[in-house]
Amino acid sequence: MAVHIPDGLIEGGTSAGAGVVAATGVGVCLRQAGRLLDERRVPLAGLTSAFIFAAQMVNFPVAGGTSGHLLGGVLAAVLVGPYVGAVCVAVVVVVQALLFADGGVSALGLNVANMALVTPFGGYLAFCGLRALLPPTRTSVAAASGVAAGFAVVLASLAFTVEYAVGGTGGASATTVGVAMIGVHVLIAVGEGVITALTVSAVLASRPDLVWGARHLGPDRSSPAAALGLGSAR
Amino acid sequence: MRPRPRVRLGAFLAAGLAVAVVLAFAVAPRASRQPDGLARVARDEGLGSSPDGHALDDTPTAGYAVKGVHDDHLSTGLAGTIGVTVTFALAGGLFAIVRRHHRSPGVDPGRRDARDPSPNRVGG
Repeated sequence: MAVHIPDGLIEGGTSAGAGVVAATGVGVCLRQAGRLLDERRVPLAGLTSAFIFAAQMVNFPVAGGTSGHLLGGVLAAVLVGPYVGAVCVAVVVVVQALLFADGGVSALGLNVANMALVTPFGGYLAFCGLRALLPPTRTSVAAASGVAAGFAVVLASLAFTVEYAVGGTGGASATTVGVAMIGVHVLIAVGEGVITALTVSAVLASRPDLVWGARHLGPDRSSPAAALGLGSAR
Repeated sequence: MRPRPRVRLGAFLAAGLAVAVVLAFAVAPRASRQPDGLARVARDEGLGSSPDGHALDDTPTAGYAVKGVHDDHLSTGLAGTIGVTVTFALAGGLFAIVRRHHRSPGVDPGRRDARDPSPNRVGG
């Protein structure tokens, strides 16, 4: 269950640099989280983090004897916003490294940067772009989050390739590694997209008011019953 | 005007945590054991990792297995359940602290009404 960069794959200077970027980024996100979180969203954010931890343990098979699992950055960003979502994923990555020896301790900065910063923010931008093109319905929000989540996985594999190009210790060229990484992660991206869209749909069906990425939906446009005029007026 | 909640927050959180525990305890032990994307590329392209293994390989839950529990599925399931609990507590606690920290020194009273987050606070 280790998608995470182990110790020694990227040399120390690059890892340390990524550590500085990751610490700064998560610090900024924590400040924003304090500003943006309301009383109801504190436990929801905790749940988002716990759910992503659990879902990351469930590896699904993709072609050719390889597996993939959810990264969850876009799921978190759509549910609780990109700043809070980034912290949710960062907590998961830290718990995995320190408690479960998954992902190197020296590579923690790299793993936080890729999974907790690149994925939620890059993916959330894509989500916002897609959402703007689609009609304002729950289906659109779920579809946009799925597509953006898939895109974000490829983005994360690209981020790894850049890190490898800067400080990789292996003999293979960055181009070879990049092509292989993106090739595998395009397949994993499909799984990420499906899981993200389904999870967002489930939350939208029960607590649409909690979904950060669906705040633009009024009560009257979001359910088929309401569209037919059957919704209760409130 | 916000979409109306269908279930109470407490029930929603309980259901969400239950799903997470089921995933970690019951599904994860039966998940694919094939190397994941990065591990596969690292193997195929001969990318090294530290020969010493992980610095924390000796912790009681290293490798998503609880030391001393010999049934593989149970060991992974218990480790996952511990992880879900710790992650929920850590993230929830962290968010509660940053929220309180932000609110304590002279925040404008308009922000204190947690039940009605105004649309102009969105950003991001």
